[in-house]
Amino acid sequence: MEVSKLDEIIEKYRYDESGIIGILHEIQEKERYLPEDALKYVCEKLDIPPSQIYHLATFFKAFSLVPKGKHNVTVCLGTACHVRGGQKIVENLERELKIKAGQTTKDKLITLETVNCLGCCAIGPIVVVDGEYHGEMASQKALRLLEDLKKEG
Amino acid sequence: MAKISSIQDIERIAKEKRDSLFKKPVISISSGTCGQARGSLKIVEAFKRAIYGLEDMVSIKVSGCHGFCSAEPNVIVYPDEIFYPNLKPEHAGKIIHATLKGEPVESLLYREKGNKFAHLKDIPFYREQKRNLLSDNPLIDPTSIDDYIAIGGYQALAKVLNMDPEEVIAEIKKSGLRGRGGAGFPTGIKWEIARKQKEEMKLIICNADEGDPGAYMDRSLLEGNPHRVIEGMLIGAYAIGASVGYVYVRNEYPLAIKNLTEAIRQAHEYGFLGKNILGSDFNFVIKINRGGGAFVCGEETALMQSVEGKPGDPRPRPPYPAEKGLWEYPTVINNVETWANVTKIMEKGAEWFSSVGTDGSKGTKIFSLVGKVKNTGLVEVPMGMSIQELIYKVGGGGQNGKRIKGVQIGGPSGGCIPKELFHLPIDYESLTSAGAIMGSGGLIVLDERTCMVDLAKYFLKFLKEESCGKCTPCREGIERMHEILENITTGKGKEEDIKLLEELASVVKDASLCGLGKTAPNPVLTTLRYFRDEYEAHVNQRKCPAGVCKDLIRYEILEDVCNGCGACLRPCPQEAISGEKRKVHRIDQSKCIKCGICYETCKFDAIAII
Repeated sequence: MEVSKLDEIIEKYRYDESGIIGILHEIQEKERYLPEDALKYVCEKLDIPPSQIYHLATFFKAFSLVPKGKHNVTVCLGTACHVRGGQKIVENLERELKIKAGQTTKDKLITLETVNCLGCCAIGPIVVVDGEYHGEMASQKALRLLEDLKKEG
Repeated sequence: MAKISSIQDIERIAKEKRDSLFKKPVISISSGTCGQARGSLKIVEAFKRAIYGLEDMVSIKVSGCHGFCSAEPNVIVYPDEIFYPNLKPEHAGKIIHATLKGEPVESLLYREKGNKFAHLKDIPFYREQKRNLLSDNPLIDPTSIDDYIAIGGYQALAKVLNMDPEEVIAEIKKSGLRGRGGAGFPTGIKWEIARKQKEEMKLIICNADEGDPGAYMDRSLLEGNPHRVIEGMLIGAYAIGASVGYVYVRNEYPLAIKNLTEAIRQAHEYGFLGKNILGSDFNFVIKINRGGGAFVCGEETALMQSVEGKPGDPRPRPPYPAEKGLWEYPTVINNVETWANVTKIMEKGAEWFSSVGTDGSKGTKIFSLVGKVKNTGLVEVPMGMSIQELIYKVGGGGQNGKRIKGVQIGGPSGGCIPKELFHLPIDYESLTSAGAIMGSGGLIVLDERTCMVDLAKYFLKFLKEESCGKCTPCREGIERMHEILENITTGKGKEEDIKLLEELASVVKDASLCGLGKTAPNPVLTTLRYFRDEYEAHVNQRKCPAGVCKDLIRYEILEDVCNGCGACLRPCPQEAISGEKRKVHRIDQSKCIKCGICYETCKFDAIAII
């Protein structure tokens, strides 16, 4: 990640240690993961040990230390989605993509993730594809979303 | 816009805005996250096109969530409050023209059990509610501070700035308001403790880390009416003497963050935030901190750690945050719904608020009514309404005629209440005595197709991943309990497992450090208490009565129902289904992996789970 962009982000949080989670969010939004060199740079600028930033980056589920795929498929596993079959959807997507939730396909096309709750419980199960929410999902419908992504490339 | 510097200014602007707001009919389009997931943005586009040239006679408003999620996307037409559910883009023109004529579009009205309802107030889902907080959502565009001022916004703040802080605290105490985030601590007392601390620096936090899966009222309030929450925080800050506030909001709520950020910007522009607010010597600013997807950060001490830029590890209490909180300063933490209620109480008075509810639980509470229930959505009802009324009168009963067997209340820290106890009133004490908790108000309806053992396992898996690992009972206890449930649900359960579960549950409950661990056994304990027979069926007969646990079921085609349509044949990933067209199909059990795709594909209910 470019140093000037990192500087901009750190500047926005006024070199304040309490803003560090915000800084990590912004890096992840730009890069879709937290690159090691970016984290090292942040440590230097904020004068904090790498162990601290590593602790944060691994404590919070939102952060990833490995690059993600081009497309992101997230299945909500909140309680309401669970009782309506969210887990089945995850299993079927895992089987189709030949990866486990949290992993990325070999061709780096699709990352499959689960989330605790998106707060759209009334219309669950929810599957989010690249930020777009799809309600009242079922395994078949979700598999079709995958097909669309594969076609799109 | 010049800064507003006096009460008279607000009242004058409110009158102007109010007059212009209702000069012509307003079509309010529900467009929270749920609405958008159901296509509300396409509806917005369609209305924008259809209204072209007619803007002087009718207007449209893109609002936050209207609460009736299973009827999304929907619109409400003001002033008559005509409700149109489940709309498609092509309906926009019809609705606009009928509105101009002053009549409803009969064919698009809401129907239930053969009856047609035109007005919002007559629809059973809305009729039984008391929407003190939620009824404002459809009236305002959340990105417009003017809309909020038009419905009386920031007048409570103006009133409060002319009172002594002690008087404000007394009013909140008098109202009987208790925290809406879970534990139900009296808000006024919390404020009083913080105010009495000697430190000059005091802080305010709004807990918007709505982590309980199944609850989303805070998201809806922040998305649909962010200024109400900001105003509540301002009132609290004035009362305890704070000049800085933080909103800790889940990263999973992008629209809430967006609308709140904009609202804070506008509040600064108008002079409701910043220095010398409304010409007084009161200063207050609000910062937003995004969470990182850790459930434990909803716990107040973990949340504060996270705001300080550290991992969210909880710390023991006391000292409570009101004594020593964020950076060791006295800190008042309340959740979103509590802050929204504060504004309403100061606007309408403590007596207005406490006139509804029960002895120990005053006011209204928002619940998210979800799961296996017909009408899903956010419902706001007086405290003390029975579970029965909530599920059947507001919720309309089970989905697809299925039998409801219980309800899960309060998220992973809550519990499952069986239908035999549906007569219980919903208030803090009754729910606790039944083994559940109010929590943030997630209410997940469970029917005959929900396996209670699987549900308990689900919560333990959730908590196992979310446990921070600092204390042993929580870290190891939950892991072991989950292991036992894994065995039971896969047909490897032993008779003594149930007893061991109970024993582990009581240790984790008594010995854990923070709320997460102390309440973690609740889902196990309540399902054991009320649905023990299901555990026994899994262990003794190796059967899952609800037909959920994969290792204990099989899918079979019912010979007398199957018409050989072939719909299940192609999607089967294992090619386990065979059969000629228009002849009964069969599943080869040796190939079947129980993915359930045939079951969801069959339109004739010809596939049974045995």
